[in-house]
Amino acid sequence: MPTNPLQVEQLSADTFLRGLWEENPVFVMLLGMCPTLAVTNSAMNALAMGLATTFVLICSSALVSLLRALVPKQVRIATYIVIIATFVTMVDYTIQAISLTLYNALGAFIQLIAVNCIILGRAEAYASKQPIANAVVNAAGIGGGFTLALLCLGAVREILGNGSLFGVHLFGPSFQPWVIMVLPPGGFFVLGSWLLTFAWIRRRRERSRQEVPHGA
Amino acid sequence: MGHESLSFIFLNAFLINNFVLAMFLGICPFLGVSGKLHTAWNMGLSTTFVMLVSSACAYAINSLLLILDLESLRLICYIAVIASAVQLVEMVIKKLSPALFRSLGIFLPLITTNCAVLGLALFQTAKAYDFAQSLVYSLGAGAGFSLALILMAGLREKLELARVPDVSQGAALSLMLAGLLSLVFMGFAGLGG
Repeated sequence: MPTNPLQVEQLSADTFLRGLWEENPVFVMLLGMCPTLAVTNSAMNALAMGLATTFVLICSSALVSLLRALVPKQVRIATYIVIIATFVTMVDYTIQAISLTLYNALGAFIQLIAVNCIILGRAEAYASKQPIANAVVNAAGIGGGFTLALLCLGAVREILGNGSLFGVHLFGPSFQPWVIMVLPPGGFFVLGSWLLTFAWIRRRRERSRQEVPHGA
Repeated sequence: MGHESLSFIFLNAFLINNFVLAMFLGICPFLGVSGKLHTAWNMGLSTTFVMLVSSACAYAINSLLLILDLESLRLICYIAVIASAVQLVEMVIKKLSPALFRSLGIFLPLITTNCAVLGLALFQTAKAYDFAQSLVYSLGAGAGFSLALILMAGLREKLELARVPDVSQGAALSLMLAGLLSLVFMGFAGLGG
């Protein structure tokens, strides 16, 4: 790509790890909010959604990277969307075949993976400029980060709102569930609290970093 | 479920199952464009228009796909339709009001990846609405989306003057606000009867 300022990146562990923490799509970049909030009312749903999205992300990144020399610049977005939608349709039918309960629980949100900004963002910003190995490793990292974030939310909401984790009840029968947590407002509150926690940690780390050279 | 009355469908999409606050569709523009009341209003209008156009097209395409027995292509076709509708709106706004075009910025083309629009097309198919029902559903959804956006923008404009802890500035605070709004909207749940 002649107009591409980004150099081809050296493949390293960092290509993968960056997606998990430093560039976590949910907690840091605030992308893909809709599935993050909608399907995390239980840890199981969150895990399934994370895995499905990761699969689509890896496959579409690989294909976009393979085709990067062939796709004309003007129609690239349309091409990416068609590629993504194809893999989403595959996932949709696969989940329907494996587990109908899961399919009903996730509802329209499986098909809505097609408009998840994380996937299109990766295709446009990374996969279309890097060789296939880099694209796949990076997509796996971002997908892992997304799944991790979904699990963080799903676990908290299920424990508080239902008293269970992955369907296993943790507390005795006297447990009074905090129902609001599995309902829509709970999604906003839990995600907001996670973001607050991370902002607080980041602030503390910055402050201690500033203080060290001063003391020395 | 083809027997629901038009007014119920509108009310359902507008308040009871508000697309943003109850079904979590279209959160990105909800958090991104709700900084100013004026922009929020225009964003709501253009999204509603895209919803209306794409809902009508989606209905036509779905009937065609059903005849041809090609339902597996539904998702791809819907996305293509929505992308074209967005392109249309973009051209219209650019021609009519360049200032508005600039203030909406990147969020205008991003309506394509607004899950509220695709979600609408998918839901109306899943509920097997006829043509009139689909149009009313899309109007209700658009109005509900605009309402949520405008409420949020109004709150955030007030919030700029408030003193909040530094750590909670930004996205975390917006999410908490959205949670409170969502709590309020849960109160409408009984309306459907």
